[in-house]
Amino acid sequence: MTDIGTPIDWAPGFIANTTPKIVSGRFEFEDSFTIERAMATGAYNGLKAALAKTPAAVHDEVRGATVLGRGGAGFPAGVKWGFMPPDKWPRYLVVNGDESEPGTYKDRLLMERDPHQLIEGCLIACYATGLSQCFLYVRGEMPLAHERIAVALNDAYEARLVGKNILGSNFSVDIVLHWGAGAYVVGEETALIESLEGNRGMPRLKPPFFPAAVGLYGQPTIVNNIETLANLPWILSNGAQAYAEIGSESSPGTRLVAVSGHVKRPGVYEIVNGLTTFRDLIYGDQYCKGIRDDNELKAFVPGGGSAPWFTPEQLDVPFEGREASAEGSMLGSGAVIVMDETTDIPTAALSLTKFYAHESCGKCVPCREGGTWLEKILTRVVKGQGSPRDLELLLEVGATICPGDFPHASSSRLGLEAQPFPYKMTTICFVGPSAFAPIHSALTLFPEEFEAKLTRRDTIPLMSMPVADATGTDESVGAVS
Amino acid sequence: MRFFTSENQRLATEIIGRYPKARSATIPLLHLAQEQHGWISDDAMIEVGRLVDATPAEVKGTATFYEMFKFAPVGKYLINICGTMSCQLLGADHLMHHAETKLGVVAGGTTEDGLFTLEHAECQAACTEAPTLQVNYRHQYRVTTESFDQLVDDLAAGNLDGEIPPHGTLGRVRQAIPADKSVGAVPPTEVDGPPVWLAVEGAS
Ligand SMILES: Cc1cc2nc3c(=O)[nH]c(=O)nc-3n(C[C@H](O)[C@H](O)[C@H](O)COP(=O)(O)O)c2cc1C
Ligand code: SF4
Repeated sequence: MTDIGTPIDWAPGFIANTTPKIVSGRFEFEDSFTIERAMATGAYNGLKAALAKTPAAVHDEVRGATVLGRGGAGFPAGVKWGFMPPDKWPRYLVVNGDESEPGTYKDRLLMERDPHQLIEGCLIACYATGLSQCFLYVRGEMPLAHERIAVALNDAYEARLVGKNILGSNFSVDIVLHWGAGAYVVGEETALIESLEGNRGMPRLKPPFFPAAVGLYGQPTIVNNIETLANLPWILSNGAQAYAEIGSESSPGTRLVAVSGHVKRPGVYEIVNGLTTFRDLIYGDQYCKGIRDDNELKAFVPGGGSAPWFTPEQLDVPFEGREASAEGSMLGSGAVIVMDETTDIPTAALSLTKFYAHESCGKCVPCREGGTWLEKILTRVVKGQGSPRDLELLLEVGATICPGDFPHASSSRLGLEAQPFPYKMTTICFVGPSAFAPIHSALTLFPEEFEAKLTRRDTIPLMSMPVADATGTDESVGAVS
Repeated sequence: MRFFTSENQRLATEIIGRYPKARSATIPLLHLAQEQHGWISDDAMIEVGRLVDATPAEVKGTATFYEMFKFAPVGKYLINICGTMSCQLLGADHLMHHAETKLGVVAGGTTEDGLFTLEHAECQAACTEAPTLQVNYRHQYRVTTESFDQLVDDLAAGNLDGEIPPHGTLGRVRQAIPADKSVGAVPPTEVDGPPVWLAVEGAS
């Protein structure tokens, strides 16, 4: 057992001081990823409980628990599973382990620290909805996760927990571990499917390509996030009722949240969903313990790099989707990035815009061209080489990606009312809007920092210039700077 | 001459067999090729295409989309320094500048001895442990200029050979599905009804 509140050194960043534990229960053990430890701590009990019921009853249990998708969109898993056409077979499960949204660090932890919980979650989903094969798509840049899952799967096959006639039942499913190769946009579910079909990972249009209807090889496909599936073993072991009693009615259970940036104790925390507020998380003693050096909080990203920013005025917003939307942002992938008073806001925004511009797949013009232009313009503003017109230009380019009012938080300092989430968009997926979101937030909430950049020019080293002095001799006076 | 060694040829066949359509094995096979050769050559793409029933151009189209595939030799150690927001807030730009100075190359370059390639990278899913970098995709957390120098020296001296395999090797353990316990992949066109446990128990 680890002391309350200390990071566990074999689970980098994870801080084990919260209860209840639904997905991180096994993390306290150094060997949490082995089949021996997993079996000694109740692994596959959820699967056994599931196999004792009919598939439909398992689906009902998951629907009753309202497990909100943890990949970003927050759609309830049980409801999504119900969208598959009843008469089209086979159906597939594609597990989204491509975690790469800026600030997000939880799926990798779940894969590295508890692969058996994940495998069990996959099996429960397959059993409940008749999915005949499961593909576990893991981001390529995570070799440790691959190794741990490979060993776990090999052991689970050996123990007849995966494969033919699981635990002696008539339930049979293969789980195939699949390698990604580095592309953020592949995390988008239709791009994930394209990639799994061996293609460039470019998103498909929805409709018609809703994976539940037309997914992998054109067949009904469930795409779920790692953390979403990791919740299922607990739910099947303890019941939907017990799950629903944790958290708020609309956001039950717990969720893993990574807090990074300028806090005293950055870390991954399992928090009670729906009720925990950003203030609890950033300032609470059992969480991040406040801002580094006791500085002032300037702003924070509440839900991954794509989310519009919050300021100290939104600290009391809880981890509840509708409340966050009303305040102008979203909870996304459970990633909070904290900026203290020393942060240069335009520069911070630039790092995110660069990310999304770089990760554009190039399919939609507003994203491919707009993202690049946003990056170019903001770069020159940040370097002190911009013009006042550039700030309008940023908003104009942004409006080609997201026409109309873009969501933002309220600011009493500036006399602004919140513009609720979401936005309109001209692109297929959210990468385009995400390139604009940080710029829009930064410019709306901290306009003075951009204006300051326009009045301060970087020193440009000049070549020496010949000047005629008073004596009439022609001599160089050296470099002017 | 076949591109893959006989052992890798066997692995390739096994991997292809796991998917309902061979084409799905494109990325895993490209990884296998990169593991064998250090980077992806035209010969590798031609061979992968032959194995998954795609043209070389289609394989190249796929391969070039993904950042991990390299089409020219890179150093034995690929050092990726994360520059995305959480790391940037804690000094990633400073770290990159330091790394460029220490290695004597700019981001994108390879040292003359062929040991190190330095790259700017995007979010590495280790944001709470910023600033981070990866060496051949193995994470290093809370990197300082001192720990960076130590890391480079250790890599050069071979002290980390046990932990960090050369570029191209991803997992050192692979999934192996035993034939007698496997359900097997079936092309989607050959399935025309619900799986047996659902057919018996009733669909949801
Ligand atoms: C650009 C983009 C990137 C995404 N990246 C991820 C990701 O890395 N992991 C993930 O689970 N979902 C990601 N998503 C969300 C997926 O499209 C999808 O909604 C999710 O995997 C569904 O699983 P869930 O319902 O369990 O959350 C991304 C979405 C977009 C638009
Ligand atoms: S929004 Fe960008 S990343 Fe998404 S499909 Fe369009 S071009 Fe590709």
